[in-house]
Amino acid sequence: MDAAESLQSDTLVRIRDLHFSRGERVIFDGVDLDIPRGGVTAIMGPSGTGKTTLLRLIGGQLYPDRGSVQVDGEEVPALGRAGLYRLRKRMGMLFQSGALLTDLSVYDNVAFPLREHTELPESMIRDLVLMKLQAVGLRGARKLMPSELSGGMARRVALARAIALDPMMIMYDEPFTGQDPISMGALVQLIRLLNDALGLTSIIVSHDVQETAAISDYIYVISRGKVVGRGTPEQLRNTDSEWVRQFMQGLPDGPVPFHYPAPDYREDLLRGGGGD
Amino acid sequence: MLDWIRRLGAGWIQLFEKLGRGHLFLWKTLVGLPSVLVRPRLLLAQLFSVGVLSLMLIAVSGLFVGMVLALQGYNTLVDFSAEESLGVMVALSMVRELGPVVTALLFAGRAGSALTAEIGLMKATEQLSGMEMMAVDPLHRVIAPRFLAGFVSMPLLVAIFSAVGIWGGYFVGVGLLGVDEGAYWAQMQAKVDLHDDVLNGVIKSLVFGFVTTWIAVFEGYDTIPTSEGVSRATTRTVVHSAFAVLALDFVLTALMFGDN
Amino acid sequence: MKQTKTMEMLVGMFVAAGLAALFVLAMQVSNLSSFREEGSYTLIARFDNIGGLKVRSAVKAAGVVVGRVANVDFDNERQEAVVTMRINERYNRFTDDTSAGIYTAGLLGEQYIGLESGGSDEYLVDGSEIDAGLTQSAIVLEKLIGKLVMDKAGGQ
Repeated sequence: MDAAESLQSDTLVRIRDLHFSRGERVIFDGVDLDIPRGGVTAIMGPSGTGKTTLLRLIGGQLYPDRGSVQVDGEEVPALGRAGLYRLRKRMGMLFQSGALLTDLSVYDNVAFPLREHTELPESMIRDLVLMKLQAVGLRGARKLMPSELSGGMARRVALARAIALDPMMIMYDEPFTGQDPISMGALVQLIRLLNDALGLTSIIVSHDVQETAAISDYIYVISRGKVVGRGTPEQLRNTDSEWVRQFMQGLPDGPVPFHYPAPDYREDLLRGGGGD
Repeated sequence: MLDWIRRLGAGWIQLFEKLGRGHLFLWKTLVGLPSVLVRPRLLLAQLFSVGVLSLMLIAVSGLFVGMVLALQGYNTLVDFSAEESLGVMVALSMVRELGPVVTALLFAGRAGSALTAEIGLMKATEQLSGMEMMAVDPLHRVIAPRFLAGFVSMPLLVAIFSAVGIWGGYFVGVGLLGVDEGAYWAQMQAKVDLHDDVLNGVIKSLVFGFVTTWIAVFEGYDTIPTSEGVSRATTRTVVHSAFAVLALDFVLTALMFGDN
Repeated sequence: MKQTKTMEMLVGMFVAAGLAALFVLAMQVSNLSSFREEGSYTLIARFDNIGGLKVRSAVKAAGVVVGRVANVDFDNERQEAVVTMRINERYNRFTDDTSAGIYTAGLLGEQYIGLESGGSDEYLVDGSEIDAGLTQSAIVLEKLIGKLVMDKAGGQ
């Protein structure tokens, strides 16, 4: 028991033998993950490997077919509604689109979780909101509506909202997709800074290798429902696995072939006929 | 052939699944209603977008329906020298049938489709998921106030529709066609019964408000989170609401007025 | 903040307009204001034939509505229609020899009960029954025309 408890203290999220499928499609086929407390852990993999699904499983929005998902020692799938909501108040999640409430201003969006979950007076909420907005550099944009924000700004507002309740961890769903270099740089920096300054645990799901590797302490690479590589960014770059190397270095051809499976090129051309 | 049967079966299974989801959804929404009453601001905003924004359409439609009724009714009644009954005819048609039914159909088109599209887009842009992850139940925070607003707005809109329509009938009948003013109101008051006609109309409007709003918010919540899914759900809201209103109207009319 | 105030006001106006419309429907369009159930007393009358008389048909005296038909029943023993009327208690001076007849408003209109007081000093009270000899049944149009035709034929 002592060993388990000591493990628990530095492992915030522990996933064991996770199985999950959507209809016929198997998404996870026995995944084991440990997310250490206080660090930035990246989960990477090609598109369509269910990285977002993994975050939803951790957040309790989906239930696994088999296996265990533990967050801070609590078994997420076994929690009831009340327990789940209690746990979620300590988690922040940054959606790909930002998921800001479109009918509320930037200020009200950040104030939203505070107003929903606390009885704080409006003056204190104001202080907190301005603090969080200052942290993401958007204090001046508090009167804007979400439709007036660029993608990068929307994500930063969403980040301010995610840290409004001072959570123990934040999950980032593809934070770098579709960003211009400047806002990408701002986000990369912000994620690392916030993690260290607020003592958070961060989970980043992404397929942007360079940016993610730059700020991660530890990386899991997932493909076809299994963990195919793990280690620090340094270790992964020098891995023996050809597949992981192809993914990390973004090589066009390798174990994942450039060509979709097809009959022999020459034969195909010579056969003639219609485009069957 | 076998494929056809399989598809038919799948269709039925989907229908029952949807029915089940719809009722569970309704139950959870009703459970969330008390949390709305604690925060009247949420309800207020929805009353605005559901009720106030539908008001113009409803009032103008009511006016014209009443005017047309008076015009048509007059042409028929004048053959029997019974044009004095114009007021009765307009009032009974409006209060019993046209008020609740036409208002509900217009409401489904104006407010219902807007509700579905709004909730559907919130789902498509992950706002509902985001709320869940912030430990806020979207059924309580988003759905319940909209549902309550629709339920409250409908009887008010129906009353306005009927009142404006009766006034429109008065304008055409008395003002343009020369029906005696006293007869228009007096016959109406003598024949329209508070309980049998007005109250039953209000009951109808409550039922229609409940059903159309339920369909609208459920279609939005149950939508496939893509732009195509949202547009389909919006269409379904209008079509299903129209069917539901007309079918329920028949049932309610048979129950209420069947014995005279 | 100003926007919220405008919205609040518009919602308030909407609700007020809706309630006002309901009020208009209740008071102006229906007959709530002209007759209330409370403050009334019951009279009973028996007819051989009530024609098209219905519950809620008017009861008039000198052309003024003084009450409504509350119930229509058939007396199985005496093979008569029994009509219960609720009369506004303000009109309590109907003598005990009041006659009741079923008339038609216009040629094709609704049927109503007409009451006409006699010369007695006694008044009808709650639950009184109008004397059987003083009720006049509804005129059934078909019978009337039939009689007319017969008379014409007989006269020639």
